[in-house]
Amino acid sequence: MEVGQLQRSFIEYMSSLFNEGFLDAQFSQLQQLQDESNPDFVVEVVSLFFEDSERLLNDLTMALDQPNVDFKQVDAHVHQLKGSSSSVGAQRVKNCCVPFRSVCEEKNTEACLRCLQQIKQEYLLVKNKLQTLFELEQQIVAAGGAIPMMQ
Amino acid sequence: MVCEMESGQADDMDMEMEMLSSMWPEDMNEAGKQFNIDNPGLDQDMLEEVTINEDSTIVDFMRLSELTNYSEKGSSQLAYLVKNWEYKQENAVRLLREELDSLSKQQQESELKKLEILEKYQFEEERYGGDKRPISILDEELKRYIFHEVPRKRNDVRVQDKLEIDAEYDSIKYWKQRAEHLGKLLEASVQREQTLLEKLQESIEKLERQSSPVEELSQVLKRADNFLHFVLQNAPVVIGHQDKELRYRFIYNHFPSLREEDIIGKTDVEIFTGAGVKESQDFKKEVLERGIPAKREITFDTGLFGSKTFLIYVEPVFSKAGETIGVNYMGMEITDQVRKRERMAKLREEIAVQKAKETELNKTIHITEETMRAKQMLATMSHEIRSPLSGVVSMTEILSNTKLDKEQRQLVNVMLSSGDLVLQLINDILDLSKVESGVMKLEATKFRPREVVKHVLQTAAASLQKMLTLEGHVSEDVPIEVIGDVLRIRQILTNLISNAIKFTHEGKVGIKLYVVAEPSPLVKQGSHKRMASDNSKVSAKIWKEDNCTSPSHNALVRKGSGGCKDADGANESRMHNGGCNYSEQNGASIEDELDDSNQQETTVWIRCDVYDTGIGIPENAIPTLFKKYMQVGADTARKYGGTGLGLAICKQLAELMGGHMTVSSKEHHGSTFTFILPYTVSPLCDNSDDNEELSEIDNHDTASEENDDDINSGFFQFQPRTLGSLFSSHSSGRGTKLSANGFGFNTSNKSNGLPVNSYSFPSHSNTSKETGSVEDACSVADAVDTSSEPESSLRHSRNSGNPSTSGREQTSNGVVDHHFHTPCLTSTDAKRDQGEITEKIEKSQLQEQPDRSSECSSSNAAKTLKTSTKPNILLVEDNKILVMVTRSMMKQLGHDIDIVNNGIEAVRAVQRDSYDLILMDVCMPVMDGLQATRLIRSFEESGNWDAAKDAGIDEEVSPSQGSGKRIPIIAMTANALSESAEECYANGMDSFVSKPVTFQKLKECLQQYLP
Repeated sequence: MEVGQLQRSFIEYMSSLFNEGFLDAQFSQLQQLQDESNPDFVVEVVSLFFEDSERLLNDLTMALDQPNVDFKQVDAHVHQLKGSSSSVGAQRVKNCCVPFRSVCEEKNTEACLRCLQQIKQEYLLVKNKLQTLFELEQQIVAAGGAIPMMQ
Repeated sequence: MVCEMESGQADDMDMEMEMLSSMWPEDMNEAGKQFNIDNPGLDQDMLEEVTINEDSTIVDFMRLSELTNYSEKGSSQLAYLVKNWEYKQENAVRLLREELDSLSKQQQESELKKLEILEKYQFEEERYGGDKRPISILDEELKRYIFHEVPRKRNDVRVQDKLEIDAEYDSIKYWKQRAEHLGKLLEASVQREQTLLEKLQESIEKLERQSSPVEELSQVLKRADNFLHFVLQNAPVVIGHQDKELRYRFIYNHFPSLREEDIIGKTDVEIFTGAGVKESQDFKKEVLERGIPAKREITFDTGLFGSKTFLIYVEPVFSKAGETIGVNYMGMEITDQVRKRERMAKLREEIAVQKAKETELNKTIHITEETMRAKQMLATMSHEIRSPLSGVVSMTEILSNTKLDKEQRQLVNVMLSSGDLVLQLINDILDLSKVESGVMKLEATKFRPREVVKHVLQTAAASLQKMLTLEGHVSEDVPIEVIGDVLRIRQILTNLISNAIKFTHEGKVGIKLYVVAEPSPLVKQGSHKRMASDNSKVSAKIWKEDNCTSPSHNALVRKGSGGCKDADGANESRMHNGGCNYSEQNGASIEDELDDSNQQETTVWIRCDVYDTGIGIPENAIPTLFKKYMQVGADTARKYGGTGLGLAICKQLAELMGGHMTVSSKEHHGSTFTFILPYTVSPLCDNSDDNEELSEIDNHDTASEENDDDINSGFFQFQPRTLGSLFSSHSSGRGTKLSANGFGFNTSNKSNGLPVNSYSFPSHSNTSKETGSVEDACSVADAVDTSSEPESSLRHSRNSGNPSTSGREQTSNGVVDHHFHTPCLTSTDAKRDQGEITEKIEKSQLQEQPDRSSECSSSNAAKTLKTSTKPNILLVEDNKILVMVTRSMMKQLGHDIDIVNNGIEAVRAVQRDSYDLILMDVCMPVMDGLQATRLIRSFEESGNWDAAKDAGIDEEVSPSQGSGKRIPIIAMTANALSESAEECYANGMDSFVSKPVTFQKLKECLQQYLP
């Protein structure tokens, strides 16, 4: 594929991510922060997000697996996850955190597990999407093109 | 003698023979040679024989000489002998000739045959090759061949009838000898004849054998054929012959993947499919029918060889009878050539287009340049005209304040109003040319929409000379403070309002302000034509950058002048001011700021309707309403005056600010002008108002009252009151005008429920001229706001001789500067402004403060003085991602930040270092942000870290003893319930930023808290 085509599909893909709510404006912010002095900023931050989220999701799974669930702990984890996801603009993950925290406050283990399930799903979705996006980016760079900026 | 003669003759004969024989071809056959040699040999033999005979009769010799010498007989004998010999020779010649004839006949015959063969060959060639090939090579071969095979024998029969009889004539011996001799001759003759016959036979046989030289011919043919093939094979052409049904009978250089049998006997259509095949078939048919050769280019697009273009030459082939029996067809692939040709044509076309474009462009550029130059000239001229004109007008105004009799006053008033009109026109033109040339710059400043609406209405009311109710509605959802170019917005509003008043004779004129959801796509209201007039009352538009930037021009700044010039020729109040002075005034009137709203920065679209119950706009006039110099009609212009620029300017300004303007109107019922503009909602306002160090605290108090009133009320109304009587009573003239103005002044003041107070700072007004820094101040919207109202107060001062004015009157520029600040009118904002202005005053007075460009300055002037080094910023945040993002953003903003991960570390960091700003996450492990903030605040207040010790944090180092300064701490919240804003404030935080942190939020935060 030629560069122009790649760039087009990149833009399309990006806008689809925004349109479908996977990402929000915060992600654009990250992209704006990326410059020559910091060329891999977005990838770095998002990788950090992946690491962090996986750890948190792991912790959450463990925490909810206990016979006596420490809801405070769970809530702290969810809070962390919310902060992380909102910082990278992973909107749908972030949106899942809100009900999670409320059911956590109710100490409803069942609902917590459901929320966790949902969050995991959303997380995997956005992870896939972002990875695809980065691959596209790499292809564009490999083809010698510039990453198009989104408005 | 005879012998000698004989031998001489024989020699001659020999010579002749030699000559003859040399004529024979080299490869003369055996028989011929024999024959030739035979003849002379025979002669010699005969002579020898005779000689021998003579030898035997020596007597005869004697006798012979006797006979020769003496006998007639002898001589006649000799003569006879000679004759006889001659005859014989003749005979031999004749025979030879006959032979030659026969041979040449044969040759002719063979030549004929050869021709026949050639003809046949040629015909064959023509038939199959279609090429009239010259067979010159072949011809020669044949000729040579024939020469070889058919030697011409001219002298092959040689009759030697020479009689040499030595015996005596008529003797028996003689006869015997003679008979013998003749017999011999006969024999020889027979023999010769036989030999000849044989030879002839042989010759014929040979001729027959060799007259059909198939092998050699075919070899020659083959050679020619090969040559032909070679040439054809290398030629980039396809050659074919097709019969009447266009079936291929012959093809050369056909497409390689096709075999001969795939083609022969088939038509094009049967062989190929695709574009062009049918065309070529039709073309061939056409040639076949018309019988005239033709050429054509045909583009094929077949599955077999893709898209190719062929140049095809087709010629009909006729039979001998003259009927067409098929076509010869020759095709040459010219795809590349065609492509090149097409590219050429395209290029040529493009070049032509390019050239046309260039010409067009040049023309356009030329026109544009011309236009720009014209505009520039207009602007320059306007500018140049304005300066002296403002001098004239201001002098006239001064004159009008002197003691004049009635007539003089009338004249002066006319002068004033005319001058005003001209001035306004020029200002309009300047404005327009500025907008159009893109020179006009918009400024983003905070302002309060309610105030603007009120002030505009006040201004209008002040000069109102009609029984009209002016009202303003500002809906609640309109933010208290927004950011925009208030100058221009006021200009639009004032213009529209004065327009509305101008065309409304009864009823009301009002402004409605409310938030609309979205930048509705430009509703093109097909036609807006309101009497575009630019009324004399429009004052705001006079606000130009020029006023601010070039005070030396003494630009006349007229403020909300309300008078209807046309009506009575009276002019309304005018405020002449170097723009700069306003800022000073602004600085002087300082009012309390309303409570800050914790709004995040967003863009709101505010719609503003200016409605009236006036004469309305005819449907057909609407389309041209916003055009320059257009009014509804000629009579409108006459009746109402104006330049027709006002609405055009309004519309252009609105569009310049990213909004748009529309109109709806019903004739005789009124019009509504609507403009929708985007505004930025101002973010956090400075709420730390404690440190106000301004002298006019009392002023502040009154102002704050006023302010509350101003800000909270969403509805203003200005009733006409007794205007009518005043209006109707006196004759025209300045006097009337003044009283009317006086009224306006009262009105406005009353509406504010405050007495007129003038706060003046004469000292500042002087400095303002001198220091450049103050010029900046004048660009602050608030300043302009303030300055734009006090027309009433000015009038008041003039009439009443308010002593406060005298101190500030500057006549040096020929301009009277009146600075009045009625707090009710100038309800300007914010402490922030106050601080800024204070600072500016300080700056201008002391000239020692470092330069600061930031518009938003901290309220604490003292603090700002100190901080000129790079600020220390601490980020307290446990989320690594947030840390990364925030750090990166800060970096882009030019700050390096320290990072700690929880509240305890934050406290320790504050113990170690002094920070200018702390960004604090609220929800953190170990110690949350609220507690950390409390501890830090406690230290700031008490100067010790006891509280921290209580919380289990030991001092690591000796603390930098409390500098007494309060570190701004900004919470970073996730907007969760547990992190409410109240809680943040309650714990001593100054502000908060909601997560996720954006570039804009950070920037604003830094701007606000970092000087």
